[in-house]
Amino acid sequence: MILVYLIIILLTGGVLAWITSRWNRMLPRIISFLAVLIDLLITINLIGKERIDAHKQWIIDYSQAWIPHFGINLHLALDGLSLLLLLLTFFLGLLSVLISWKEINERVGFFHFNLLWTLSGIVGVFLSLDLFLFYFFWELMLVPMYLLIAIWGHENRTYASYKFFLYTQASGLIMFISILVLYFIHGANGGTYTFDYLQLLGTPMAISTSMILMLGFLAAFLVKLPVVPLHNWLPDAHSEAPTAGSLILAGLLLKTGAYGLIRFAVPLFPEASAIFAPVGMTLGVLGILYGAKLAFAQTDLKRLIAYTSVSHMGFVILGVYAFNQIAYQGVMMQILAHGISTGALFIIAGQLIERLHHRDIDQMGGLWSKMPVMGGVALVFSMASLGLPGLGNFIAEFLVLSGTFNSNVLMACLASLGLILATVYSLRIMQKIFYCQPKGNLELADLNLREKIVAGSIIIVIVFLGLFPQPVFNIAEPALDKTIKIKSEQNYVPLTNSDNNRNLNPLILKDFEIKSDPIKVLFKYSGK
Amino acid sequence: MPTYFAIIPGFPLLSFLLLALFGNKMPKNLAIAIGTGLTAVSLLITFVIGIEFISSGLPEGGAWNVTLWHWINTGGFAADISFRLDALSLIFCFVITFVGFLILVYSVEFMGNDEGFTRFFAYMNLFIGSMLILVLADNLLLLYLGWEGVGLCSYLLIGFWYKEPANDAAARKAFVITRIGDTAMIIGLFLLFLSFGTLNINDLMQQASVKWVAGSPLAVISALLLLGGAIGKSAQFPLQTWLPDAMAGPSPVSALIHAATMVTAGVYLIARTHVLFALAPVVHTLVAVIGAITLLMAGFSALTQHDLKRILAYSTISQIGYMFVALGVGAWQAGIFHFMIHAFFKALLFLSGGAVILLLQEEHDIFKMGGLRKLMPAVFITFLAGSASLSALPLITAGFYSKDQILWYSFSADNGNLWLWIASIVGAFITSLYTFRMVFLVFYGEAKTLPSRLPGRLMTVPLTILAVLSLIGGFVEFAQPFGHVHLFSRLLSKALPAVVLIRSENWEPLFEVISAIISLSGIYFAYLLFLKKVPLAEKLYNVRIAEFFFKGWQSDWLYEVLFVKPYKWVAEINKNDFMDYFNRLLAWITLFFNRSLSPTQNGKLRLYIMALTIGIVLILTYMMRQ
Repeated sequence: MILVYLIIILLTGGVLAWITSRWNRMLPRIISFLAVLIDLLITINLIGKERIDAHKQWIIDYSQAWIPHFGINLHLALDGLSLLLLLLTFFLGLLSVLISWKEINERVGFFHFNLLWTLSGIVGVFLSLDLFLFYFFWELMLVPMYLLIAIWGHENRTYASYKFFLYTQASGLIMFISILVLYFIHGANGGTYTFDYLQLLGTPMAISTSMILMLGFLAAFLVKLPVVPLHNWLPDAHSEAPTAGSLILAGLLLKTGAYGLIRFAVPLFPEASAIFAPVGMTLGVLGILYGAKLAFAQTDLKRLIAYTSVSHMGFVILGVYAFNQIAYQGVMMQILAHGISTGALFIIAGQLIERLHHRDIDQMGGLWSKMPVMGGVALVFSMASLGLPGLGNFIAEFLVLSGTFNSNVLMACLASLGLILATVYSLRIMQKIFYCQPKGNLELADLNLREKIVAGSIIIVIVFLGLFPQPVFNIAEPALDKTIKIKSEQNYVPLTNSDNNRNLNPLILKDFEIKSDPIKVLFKYSGK
Repeated sequence: MPTYFAIIPGFPLLSFLLLALFGNKMPKNLAIAIGTGLTAVSLLITFVIGIEFISSGLPEGGAWNVTLWHWINTGGFAADISFRLDALSLIFCFVITFVGFLILVYSVEFMGNDEGFTRFFAYMNLFIGSMLILVLADNLLLLYLGWEGVGLCSYLLIGFWYKEPANDAAARKAFVITRIGDTAMIIGLFLLFLSFGTLNINDLMQQASVKWVAGSPLAVISALLLLGGAIGKSAQFPLQTWLPDAMAGPSPVSALIHAATMVTAGVYLIARTHVLFALAPVVHTLVAVIGAITLLMAGFSALTQHDLKRILAYSTISQIGYMFVALGVGAWQAGIFHFMIHAFFKALLFLSGGAVILLLQEEHDIFKMGGLRKLMPAVFITFLAGSASLSALPLITAGFYSKDQILWYSFSADNGNLWLWIASIVGAFITSLYTFRMVFLVFYGEAKTLPSRLPGRLMTVPLTILAVLSLIGGFVEFAQPFGHVHLFSRLLSKALPAVVLIRSENWEPLFEVISAIISLSGIYFAYLLFLKKVPLAEKLYNVRIAEFFFKGWQSDWLYEVLFVKPYKWVAEINKNDFMDYFNRLLAWITLFFNRSLSPTQNGKLRLYIMALTIGIVLILTYMMRQ
């Protein structure tokens, strides 16, 4: 039940914020802050439970019939994977309320309503174990996010918000078709028509069918992640959104794609995923290198940071298709570290825009002498972005690459080149903004206390992740094991250190009996 | 087993933290105390630990281990934050903390009036701390942490005076070029982990010598990848181009980078993983060849430079080349010995050179200096001591003992040959030539620029200490013909294998004499060319190739054309991401149909009826056709 509360708190908080904004502009801010804080505290309280119940698959498993006629349940469950993602969600949620404190002055109540409803959609996505419910939340996070960009965004916000909405909506629909087909195949084969994830796992079907269905899921996840060449919505959406919007987009929305891959795409379609793996890895490498190259070329600060996201999320898909624990832990760490460090870069960008009223790095320069504290903070996160050891991002990239190296040497080596390109664009951020001669004679105020608290807390978290990542690994391990086990039971390739085994073909595919043609089933059922 | 050696890196790091967090509110004296004092504590601990270590009589390969906490342990991958102290680490720790401390003291006066005073000391301490982590790490991942930390600090310090765009360019160049090497290195780490399931250096080396036969492809590849990291950090050919520009930072930074930290990291890495290199004879020889090529290239470039610090920078590249030759021929101990002596005299040269530059109001050009022998005698004497040591002046300098070992081993060790020796001996001649060119031009002749003041005690005391060490530091290790003092190699023999000779030891005195003559003749030539000003000098420096040497063999230009420009070009032409045109096309098509079809909805009833009729006619025709 506690999981439902998490969502309800955010939903009601949002409504309250909207209503109370009639009387006072501070109230929505305080209410949102409290709502997210309560959720954060509840979630922190859940840490450690997974060790007590190691034998159980889920830390908390809540299921309640919703539309029993169609086999739709309100099935929410929490394991280590979702726990970490919830922590990230509420941490960034808290920050996004804080950074909007001064930035948002128009329609404050409605802003916070949208903010909290987006967050609750994201929380729902991370918790749902019913595919229908999952899709419901998947769409729920989309609409308020669209409004955040369209109402409070920068100059080109209409174009950006349309693009964002169309991309995600279209790809979400493709996933929904896949969900439906899966539902009917399962029902036709086994007799129970259900959207329940746990029951749908291991649904037998022809490899070609499973491939098509998986591609449907991938459409949604790869657009969200995003993967080159499906990334074009991202730079526009990120650069036009208000700071809190960019923070949530980069820190959380992209992560729903990564989460979807680990939770749904690979476990539901293990054989198809194995076939897709080389393609997935290639897309990852392409994203890493191409995103880095584009980031280097940008002069719009927020656009630049957006492209670094494309590059960094390449590591996620690369690791997902490496199918081993090391890479998966790396992916998990990348989700957390990238969410925090890129969010931090967007926060810095927001602070710069607040002071300079533009985003063009060609017109900045020499700001270190005016804002040394901000410069120091930016330095930390440029270093995080280039993967400096000691910060969380390094752990992530190292593990992903190391895990990938176990399964595909060539891809790992190519992806490693991304480390060099990341250095080039990260140093460019520092050079253009903080070094060289100051341009113009602006009087700029350095970070104030609120901004220092925000920056300080992010730095502490990113350094903690870099030096003491073990707690994260411990929490995530059982959950990630589930995915890897499902995958490896289909075609078991032991991860060993000897050189001979590496050349084994991992794609020993079983032919599944085709019990029914999915398309026929679909027509038959809809005909009734 | 004392475990408190693990706090050696802690003090400089603590100093960094304190200065970075509270530096701008701190009174200056407190900042000085924190900035220099905490590293002094590390130095003291290193001394105490060193004495304890030597007197503990550890067996060969003996080391002290301490694990602070488990860093990563998941999916079969484990790496700890744990340190390992053996003779090699001890020597490095000593040099880093000792030379580092002297540089810090010197900087108190040197940077005294700089607005970024505390920032400077914060970075310097982080630098020292990272380097200490690097040399104490017991696994390659932690070593990599220190390795990258060093890279970061070099970036921050080279670009310390950030308002000058050129400084920032030099800083970025240093970071990116070393990062290229680092990326090779980290791929090497992946390969080693895949092969042995661990990154613990000691375990790796033991397993490697068991599982891999000499010359096996995996051994060769992994040694090659590690070498990639080493040449990046140590500025060896072909990744040497960042170091000459790195002198854009304040002089104490150059001293730290060139002497105690950073560039010697590559030497340390190769020495630390010497088992791997022994298993890959091809790569092992390559180390020596790279060293020989680099020492000649850099030597020739040093001959032609005008900028005092640039000469010293090229000389560092060249001297590290000597260390690589030593490592490459299997004379591990000689390489590390030269590292230590080099640290003394190179720090000395950069600090006294820095004093010259500072007191002449940022004058870098040696042709605009002169006559400083009488104007600043203290600096002159110390600079002379450093120069003598760099040129390996026979018998009285430490450089003689360390370098002549290498010269001899380049011929006599089992991996050595005549060609390596010839390259080294030519390099030795060039070294004393360019060194004393500097001495004669800067300190002799007539004064062209007058110093503003004389250096204070905070500068002269560290200079004196380093000068003394540059002269007598070699007495811990005598070459065979001079006696039987082997304090250094006896200590180091616990960590590194002894050199294997393939030539008779009887030849050694002859080689000593030859190198002594070479060194002296280099100085004499410098005397003729730059003090006597024989007409030959003009001619020699006007040949066209001098320009080629001056530009560092055009390697900057080459990389600019090969990598930098193409990348910038590709980035620029595709700034707006051609993939986005697909979306624009979709939008355009939609809009096109919208624009072309929307006029049909115009409310004119007759048009509607006409369209309806035509439609019906068409449909009927189609149906009747069947």
